[in-house]
Amino acid sequence: MIGSAVAARDFSFWYGKKQALHGVNITVSSRSITALIGPSGCGKSTFLRSINRMNDTIPGARHEGSVLLGGKDVYAPDMDVVHLRHRVGMVFQRWNPFPKSIYDNVAYGPRINVGLRGRELDDVVERSLRRAALWDEVKDRLRQSALGLSGGQQQRLCIARALANQPEVLLLDEPASALDPGATQKIEELLVELKSELAIVIVTHNLQQAGRVSDYTAFFYLGRLVECDATGQLFTAPREQQTEAYITGRFG
Amino acid sequence: MGDAIASSGTSGGFARGRRVASLAGAAPGDRVYRVVITAFALMIPALLLLIAVAIGVAAWPALSAAGLSFITSSEWNVQAGKFGAAPAIYGTLVSSFIALVLATPLALGVAIFLSEIAPKWLRQPVAFLVDLLAAIPSVVYGLWGIFFLVPMLRDHVVPFFRDTLHLGNTPLFSGPAYGPSMLAAGVILAIMALPYISAVTREVLIAVPRSQRDAALALGATKWEMIWDAVIPYARSGIIGGVILGLGRALGETMAVTMVIGNRPEISASLLAPGYTMASLIANEFTEATSDLHLSALMAVGAVLFVITLIVNGMARWLVWRVASGPKS
Repeated sequence: MIGSAVAARDFSFWYGKKQALHGVNITVSSRSITALIGPSGCGKSTFLRSINRMNDTIPGARHEGSVLLGGKDVYAPDMDVVHLRHRVGMVFQRWNPFPKSIYDNVAYGPRINVGLRGRELDDVVERSLRRAALWDEVKDRLRQSALGLSGGQQQRLCIARALANQPEVLLLDEPASALDPGATQKIEELLVELKSELAIVIVTHNLQQAGRVSDYTAFFYLGRLVECDATGQLFTAPREQQTEAYITGRFG
Repeated sequence: MGDAIASSGTSGGFARGRRVASLAGAAPGDRVYRVVITAFALMIPALLLLIAVAIGVAAWPALSAAGLSFITSSEWNVQAGKFGAAPAIYGTLVSSFIALVLATPLALGVAIFLSEIAPKWLRQPVAFLVDLLAAIPSVVYGLWGIFFLVPMLRDHVVPFFRDTLHLGNTPLFSGPAYGPSMLAAGVILAIMALPYISAVTREVLIAVPRSQRDAALALGATKWEMIWDAVIPYARSGIIGGVILGLGRALGETMAVTMVIGNRPEISASLLAPGYTMASLIANEFTEATSDLHLSALMAVGAVLFVITLIVNGMARWLVWRVASGPKS
């Protein structure tokens, strides 16, 4: 498929004895937003965290099948996981800026990954903050603590921090679930802006949000990918019974 | 009570007064509880104040007789009635400083290993053994110091510094090395302070939220970069607290230091020379002190130790507060 950024092939995942994903096959297009929806515990977050291998740190985690990034298996033995996470950014449900200055937060990735300094680093920080629609709000206080920002600003800072690595794919795990409607709207607008540059995969519990921002929607249930389709198609004419039941609010 | 609320529209002040009164009257247990708890809480500062006053009063004759020379003079001559505690003050500060310099990196390493790197099955046993260091009686450390540490330092460590690293000409390693020394005291204090620092550090490292680790890892940090850039800065104030706890232990430690430091009231730049500490001075002379002035001088040493400990703790509080109140740049 042309323009595929991430693809899973018969991907299964276990936490110890508990199987969290069953043979997932999915293709995520580049320059688009793909929403992962489904009830709690359906495996959508597990799948998201499998793409940049954040599940590696969990004891007893194992997988079968493959997740391809640009055609290469991220679980291949010669895959450098540090480099992988450099290419695949991630934003978490609860914003987690470091207790450092705004500047140092955004500069962290470029500093450790490519050793950027000085003028070049300044440029990357500014560009990343602009892309995250935060520059105008923080440009006069870059040296102040990131913890002094509002929740929505901190979450956009985390997006800017991820963007500073120039990732090909941006993963977001319910990025707006703890934000008020205004801050949520800003993040959604921002994601739509960003999709012209990279592939975005977003886990959300909020079906309206999935409908508003995403181009494709994937419905997970009990560790299986039930259906993945263009968002308009999936929400108006789902092929599967379970999908219809979920999006019409009959469970979940 | 329902009446009181209902009537509050017409006679608000009166009704409110009755409600408060009935509330206070209804819970005598609450009042007893509050009084007892307050008394308990006030007892601690009161005790501290009492100790300070008692020491101050007892120390006053010696302090007023010696004046500032009590902390600046090196002459400690009981017969002549001259009391200068400078060597003991110097010894306490220097031995504690050596202890921190040696113990802090080691304790940090132990804590990082146990909280971040060691396999699960190894963590509890090793943590237990490190904690056990704190349970060894101080006099046992002293014996071990006399029979093992002092000869080992004299026969192996000092020759290494002098001959292999050629540091014999520097003031720090000059002069004869008989055995009991400031260095021996510093090393033994380091071992004694280590479990405190590492236990506190381990706890604060474990308490660093998962989200901070995830943030660093997701940005492409290696495990080491994650520990160094995300975990340790987040835990900084707690780690400083642990170091201060260790310092408190080192400043006040008496028995083990007395057994290995040599107990000579002289200030020497050499770490190999014997020294003295305030705690050792008090412990050594208290049983033999017969004159009132001598007793008072020992109390004055205690007062100085007390004040130094207060200053150190105050500085630590300030440091922790400053670090905890956020980054400056």
